[in-house]
Amino acid sequence: MKKRSKAVRYNKWGYIFLIPFFLVYIVFQLIPLFTTIYNSFFENYRSGLTQIGPNFVGLENYKTLFSGGDIWQYAKNTMVMWLMCFIPQILLSLILGAWFSDVRLRLKGSRFFKTAIYLPNLIMASAFSMLFFTLFSEGGPINSLLLQIGLIDEPFKFFSHVWSSRSLIAFMNLLMWFGNTTILLMAGMMGIDTSLFEAAEVDGATSTQTFFKITLPLLRPILVYVMVTSLIGGLQMFDVPQILTDGSGEPMRSTMTLIMFLNKHLYSKNYGMAGALSVILFIITAILSLVVFKVTGNDKRKA
Amino acid sequence: MKKENGLKQGLGIHTRRTIAYVTLTIITFFCLFWFYVLFINATRSNGELQSGFTFIPSSHLLENWENLVTGTIPVWSGLINSLIVSTCSAALSVYFSTMTAYAIHAYDFKFKQQIFAFILMIMMIPTQVTALGFIKLVSNLKLEDSFIPLIVPTIAAPITFFYMKQYMDSTLPLSLIEAARIDGSGEIRTFNSIVLPLMKPAIAVQAIFTFVSSWNNYFTPALILHDEKKKTLPILIAQLRSADWLKFDMGQVYVMIAFSIFPIIIVYLLLSKHIVAGVALGSVKG
Repeated sequence: MKKRSKAVRYNKWGYIFLIPFFLVYIVFQLIPLFTTIYNSFFENYRSGLTQIGPNFVGLENYKTLFSGGDIWQYAKNTMVMWLMCFIPQILLSLILGAWFSDVRLRLKGSRFFKTAIYLPNLIMASAFSMLFFTLFSEGGPINSLLLQIGLIDEPFKFFSHVWSSRSLIAFMNLLMWFGNTTILLMAGMMGIDTSLFEAAEVDGATSTQTFFKITLPLLRPILVYVMVTSLIGGLQMFDVPQILTDGSGEPMRSTMTLIMFLNKHLYSKNYGMAGALSVILFIITAILSLVVFKVTGNDKRKA
Repeated sequence: MKKENGLKQGLGIHTRRTIAYVTLTIITFFCLFWFYVLFINATRSNGELQSGFTFIPSSHLLENWENLVTGTIPVWSGLINSLIVSTCSAALSVYFSTMTAYAIHAYDFKFKQQIFAFILMIMMIPTQVTALGFIKLVSNLKLEDSFIPLIVPTIAAPITFFYMKQYMDSTLPLSLIEAARIDGSGEIRTFNSIVLPLMKPAIAVQAIFTFVSSWNNYFTPALILHDEKKKTLPILIAQLRSADWLKFDMGQVYVMIAFSIFPIIIVYLLLSKHIVAGVALGSVKG
């Protein structure tokens, strides 16, 4: 009896220790979320020097957003560049993860390789983009290198072609994220019971068969986790294309992402449209988060 | 005997090993090449840079640096601002995330499971989707050009929280807390003087991650900081891009980029063992 009341007395500290988190969360995340939703129902922008609104317009902003066509173009750009980054990334990471976690292969210097491939993930995306912009510019080192080798006769304008601009952005994102994905997948593969591999070896399975029949199926929860979190990350794509194209999304708005679009509305203080776009993005990311939660949540709470 | 075994397994182990090494070497080259070029170009003068590319460093690093710091870009204040924001964010974030994790780990109270589930659910929601409300809040509170809206929100960091919770599950026995209570230690003191020291390895890893992400952050600071003297390094880099960069001394541009990238690389190389292990630990379990 006495013990129980004592435990209850201690347990109020659980709430007390949660206060900082929730106070900050409510002030800086939850209230802004409601303000954002609220603003999405108002017409509120500047036209020249005159301020229009804020006037309540209901769902008018959403209608304008979806009928405008821009959002579809930007959503397509975002998805195309995400896929161009994600497909090679997952393949590469699966192979590297399998190699790193393969005990029979016994790779030497794997710590060095892991260190090297994770490095780009920590680099400031804006500085990395500025670096790529200068390296791949018309008079930049890459062009002079290609000219010196004799691969091209005149400087190639990387930022004037849709495919090369998109490829560069996807490539940079690939460089920045495949190391992270590799380490996650590797951790997953190392978690697989080694007796399964031994049994497969005894049964005479080749390493390719082992990979497809044992590793891959057992890795499914992690693969889903990696894919959905990467998709959420892909939807947030901003720094790289923003700096690389100076916010223009050139050529022909083919590299303009959804968050760049949002950023544009925020800068021009078109709060109605920015709000509507934010709400759409919130709904999509919330659904995706729920998927991540469903896939891994039970496991996490047990842990 | 061994060889026969190898043949039976499709490709022999030696062939597979060779393929792995060659591939890894090529990939590593693609990861490091850019930073090598950056280093080379930062040491070359504008004239040399115009005349084509070479793999040999030149001798103009200090000269480029001098030109940069005496130029129009507020590099020093950018560096100091970035350091202040990142250091404070890292310190606050790890302290309070550990506290939040401790609340869930060590106590039993009503709705604990629901609160835990809620934090996990909001973990993936990007900050960009609430940016509009956030800048409205910041302007209502008159906190534009202040670092507070960049630092304080890191107290509520679900990902850091989750990492700390995972770490506590594996290293912090509840019996230890019980023992401290019997010795008459108050709950706050127990947290500060027993739990925090035990969490040191996890705190170090997460402090680095928070520091780096804050150091690299461009989206939110760019919306809040407008005063030249308050801007952080990523904003200054973005300005370099929007400036008429062809008129620029390219040596300076490279030094500026190197200046924002290399400190992180050096710290990373010193601590890489813990960081790489930390990434794996923070992930979900298979």
